Amino acid sequence: MKTMLMSANYAAARATVSARVEVVAAYPITPATTVPEQIALLSEDGVFKGEFIRVESEHSAMFACIGASSTGARAFTATSSNGLLYMDEGLHWAAAARLPIVISNINRSVSPSWNIHVTHDDSMSKRDTGWIQFYSASVDELYHTIIQSFKLAEDERVLLPVMVNADGFVLSHTVSTFDYLEPEEVDKFLPPYNPPHWKMDPDDPVSHGNIVFPEHYQEFRYQMHESNKNALTVFEEVEKEYKKLFGKYFGGPIDCYKCDDAEVIFTSQGTIGAEAKDAIDELREEGHKVGNARVRMVRPFPVEKIRELASKVKAFASFDRSASYGFGGPVANDIRASLYHTDYRPFVKSYIGGFGGRDITVPDIKEIVLDTVNVVESGELGPEETWHDLR
Amino acid sequence: MVATKDMPQKEYVLKGNAACAGCQDMVALRHAHKALEGNVIQVVPACCTSVVQSLWPKSCLDIPVLNTAFAASAATASGARAALRAKGITDTTVMVWAGDGGTFDIGIQALSGAFERRTDLLYVCYNNQVYSNTGTQRSGATPLHAQTTTTWYGKKEPEKMLDLIVAAHEPVYQTTANSSYPRDLYDKFKKAKEIEGPKFIHIFLPCPQAWNYPVEIGVEIGKLAVETGYWIMWERLGDEWTLGRQSKRFQDPDNRKDIEEFLKLQGRFSHLFKPKKDEKKIQDLRDFVQHRWDAVLRTFT
Repeated sequence: MKTMLMSANYAAARATVSARVEVVAAYPITPATTVPEQIALLSEDGVFKGEFIRVESEHSAMFACIGASSTGARAFTATSSNGLLYMDEGLHWAAAARLPIVISNINRSVSPSWNIHVTHDDSMSKRDTGWIQFYSASVDELYHTIIQSFKLAEDERVLLPVMVNADGFVLSHTVSTFDYLEPEEVDKFLPPYNPPHWKMDPDDPVSHGNIVFPEHYQEFRYQMHESNKNALTVFEEVEKEYKKLFGKYFGGPIDCYKCDDAEVIFTSQGTIGAEAKDAIDELREEGHKVGNARVRMVRPFPVEKIRELASKVKAFASFDRSASYGFGGPVANDIRASLYHTDYRPFVKSYIGGFGGRDITVPDIKEIVLDTVNVVESGELGPEETWHDLR
Repeated sequence: MVATKDMPQKEYVLKGNAACAGCQDMVALRHAHKALEGNVIQVVPACCTSVVQSLWPKSCLDIPVLNTAFAASAATASGARAALRAKGITDTTVMVWAGDGGTFDIGIQALSGAFERRTDLLYVCYNNQVYSNTGTQRSGATPLHAQTTTTWYGKKEPEKMLDLIVAAHEPVYQTTANSSYPRDLYDKFKKAKEIEGPKFIHIFLPCPQAWNYPVEIGVEIGKLAVETGYWIMWERLGDEWTLGRQSKRFQDPDNRKDIEEFLKLQGRFSHLFKPKKDEKKIQDLRDFVQHRWDAVLRTFT
């Protein structure tokens, strides 16, 4: 392990070297572009040993990954926003084909209007595709989560693709130190990919993806659902092993900070969760019993962890940098749904904002948390949903 | 040309598949695989061939088949080829087997990209000139005046000359073929198997369902397409273009059978003959035959 200084996108590119990715297929889109740019350079310099396909679209990027993974190769791509949406058919395909592809999605607003800055609408709109989803908050976390994701995706109890999200510009273009692992070091954690059930092999021919009638189709989807849920347990094992081997740990599916005695917990995805630690510290100094729960894993949704937190707190202030239009904050709604069949009844306040790259800073987070503290003190919920900093 | 008795006995397209009676796709696929002899990964987008493989967990194809999305076959094949390269496997053919819809229309971007990247890929378009899998809707390959379920009174535009588009990508090998000439088709696959780089085989094949003719005359219709000059058999290896022996004598319009002989056997053109013969529309198609000859010869010679 050695310390390197790079942007998150360059670190993501380095993760493909560390994880001995065999095929990358990618198409440029801001702010993900510097990931394939850097892989191209690493490939031309002989550092990246796999094949790099400079495809003509994101749709082709995902399907080239599907072709590669189906032929038994470890495959990776990166994209953002409209690129992720253009892959949509392939996202569903990869999950249903049970292919352990990893994508680094650099979150960007969806058009129109053109906006290259962060909103989570791109990835949140893909949460029903069957992909496992992580949101990261630092260069180091993005890099290591990509390596861990291959292990998770390739586990036979999971066999599903993984999307590792990073906030466009806020994280993707932030230069920071991270702990780089040489491929020889990662080898002891991540063995070569060997598909356990089927691959394209002339010596053992199978047809994959031919017609399945109503008698069986549903069972395939049920297995996909169960396997997605298995990822919670498997990820726990993956993180444990990774911590033991490399001393790196990012906090499980929900990274909690000062939650143990908290009455109000702020939840969020991505870099806001890192910013929130400072807000929590200041609020603690001001005498408020508040904590920060950074939701790293959105699919599968860590239902039990949410219930555990709910058993102790009086309120959640849930912040979504995206919306399910017509129904509200996606994670806020998942938190509420997780609690319905329990006896825990904390207030769940939903805050939506930070769209199009609008900054969410320590004062914003403090304002939100204090709003929820007031709910606890007054006993009045007030609005279920608030669009923060709405002009 | 290969003698029928010299083709391998082994079958890769097995009995019990779900193809329609008289399906010429199965004829083409059967001879293609005899030539490729099993060391192949076949990528299939949405098309008749994705259906006729039969239902999971059975398969009628004794080779690895990767079904993929309609627009994605050349991209999927690019990924399969890259995986083989990453693993140091060089002798396996990666073949796309796509219909005309998946090639002329929705799949053309991926095809163009894969060829521009000089992917070592055999792309086969089996062209029955219609979206037959979805029930006979017009495609970019549907000929002028052909009746489909989205052109009830006949298509108003002539077919796209895809071969010229593909040729602009300068594949290492490009050829047309026809399911009514299976020995010629076999030879072309044999040849393609030995060449590295992007290769394109465009197979004309009649479809009894979509074209509405008696199932037993598919071979006859395929031959008439050549004998009327409507379908031109040719090969291009690098820059070297040769007119196929089947088409040579039909370069001279005087040697061609009249286009009517090809048209009148097919229900999709029946409105050109009844209730009243439409001389103008038949002449349009006769003119298109010459137009294609002119365009092909102008491009390649």
